[in-house]
Amino acid sequence: MLLCALSIFGIVALIATELVMGSQLTWHQFGMSFFSWGETPLIDILKAFSDPTATQPNYWDPVNGHFSALPFVYGTLVSSILALLMAVPLAIGLAVFLTEMCPGVLRGPLAFVTELLAAIPSVIYGLWAVFVLVPLMREYVNPLLIKTLGWTGFFNDANPTGLGFLSAGVILAIMILPIISSLTREVMSAVPHSQREAVLALGATRWEMIRMGVLRNARIGIVGAVILGLGRALGETMAVTMVVGNTAEIHRSLLANGASMASVIANEYGEASSELHFSALTEIGLALFIVTIIVNALARLLVWAVTRGAPARAT
Amino acid sequence: MAKGNKIRERMRAVTDHVATGLAVLSTFLVVAPLVAIFVYLVYKGASSLNLAFFTEIPKPEGESGGGMANGILGSGVLLGVASCIGIPIGIGGGIFLAEFGRGTKLANAIRFTADVLNGVPSIVMGVAAYALIVKPQNHIIPFSGHFSAFSGGVALGIMMIPTVCRTTEEMLLMVPHAVREAALALGVPNWRSVLSITVKTASPGIITGCMLAFARVAGETAPLIFTALGNQFWSASLDRPIAALPLQIYVYALSPYDDLHRLAWGGALVLIVLIVLAVSLVRFVAGRGVLKGAS
Repeated sequence: MLLCALSIFGIVALIATELVMGSQLTWHQFGMSFFSWGETPLIDILKAFSDPTATQPNYWDPVNGHFSALPFVYGTLVSSILALLMAVPLAIGLAVFLTEMCPGVLRGPLAFVTELLAAIPSVIYGLWAVFVLVPLMREYVNPLLIKTLGWTGFFNDANPTGLGFLSAGVILAIMILPIISSLTREVMSAVPHSQREAVLALGATRWEMIRMGVLRNARIGIVGAVILGLGRALGETMAVTMVVGNTAEIHRSLLANGASMASVIANEYGEASSELHFSALTEIGLALFIVTIIVNALARLLVWAVTRGAPARAT
Repeated sequence: MAKGNKIRERMRAVTDHVATGLAVLSTFLVVAPLVAIFVYLVYKGASSLNLAFFTEIPKPEGESGGGMANGILGSGVLLGVASCIGIPIGIGGGIFLAEFGRGTKLANAIRFTADVLNGVPSIVMGVAAYALIVKPQNHIIPFSGHFSAFSGGVALGIMMIPTVCRTTEEMLLMVPHAVREAALALGVPNWRSVLSITVKTASPGIITGCMLAFARVAGETAPLIFTALGNQFWSASLDRPIAALPLQIYVYALSPYDDLHRLAWGGALVLIVLIVLAVSLVRFVAGRGVLKGAS
């Protein structure tokens, strides 16, 4: 039994060694510049960033052995942040409703639905996104955004496909919602009832009770839940790969095509053309591994800080 | 003064109503699309399923008809390999966490690592499995040196370990202390009490926990893209590339043919049914308290 338990350490160590060994070549060749702009002149990047008609610099060129992970890091960050912006307020609202306001009859089914949706495979969300979300964005949402908010430069009509960062962000938001809201719910239920009663006894309305008695006590745990959702969003592969567009480019427009760290691995790893290409993709995998480990560890610590004492649940 | 108070009271009441309204609204905004997605998937999937789906292999692109029988078989093989790796190790780890190592620093560290491992993206597992099995050509690792069903199964198996481990622990912790004490009071050694009393009492929960982990990895695509690779034809060999349901959904969804789209929807429904079954079973068992008559 101890051996089985220890094997979990072994697995983490094994993955780490494999990834480090696999990415040696890129590390020696490019060093840290792999994750920054490297040899590309900064001015070119900025020009391509703000002007949709400018040519994109050659960030990722397997044929000529030129590799920079910058567009993928950018794509991952942009789609994850978009997802968090959309998912967090809704998830907290849902958790507040479920723990504090919901009639008992509804609570079970709603909790069941969210649990179910957290378990649906990402390729199925991707399938739905390709056939429902993307056409929806293409026909209605994107034209509306271009018309009303086009002046900000974040929305332009250079990409008429409906794919892109925003679509990826939306599908990611839908996917991480159940996770964030179920953890938030868990954290909120861990707040002792005496806290609520004390605030109510002072004459607070229900919202004031929730704000002062519950949310304030649970905020560290809620931050943990959000960070855990971020961890999921950063590493999410299939759904993003299917809707992000898959071009190694950096655009200011959220409607433009892009790629994420996970999507480039999914697209190219199986048919990488050279050792250096393999190594570059492995290094992106290593970065993803390290980042998600840090993010998850942080989130777990924060959630535990609040729910300590209450039995922990596997998610 | 009194008037000011009245306004403030009014404002508080309004804020309360607005907050309630927002919470209800966000619940609606979350649940409605999610339910819509779900219903749409079931609708599209149900209209795509027929007997051929379960008995035939895909027709060449552009031809109509065909099924995903090879994908179902392939997923079965992959999940078989994964279960052989993930379930014993996971259950063993869970028993250690809940029984032998309870409260120790080591157990806490392992639990923490399992949770963190659970959050590592599945694509990274695929890269690791590729680097471990597919790439090197040697005689130590079986089936190494090329894409194979075995490598895909290993990637999925590793992903099962933390989930199985944590649900097993959770189910074991639900067994009342009195049961353990009763066994120990009879002079039974600790290991015996754990295996034949605690684990046995919790076994329905542990089994459903394994089913849940099984259903979850059944839908994993990312680690299979460059390990199991996919296959157009019948194959059940561990040594060769193999078809898998989620992998076929991915490929067919991005293809330009309506017939392949239909197959993708059908495959999605099969996976969803598997997951709904597992999740409801877990809820049913956990809700019943696992331990009928034990407490």
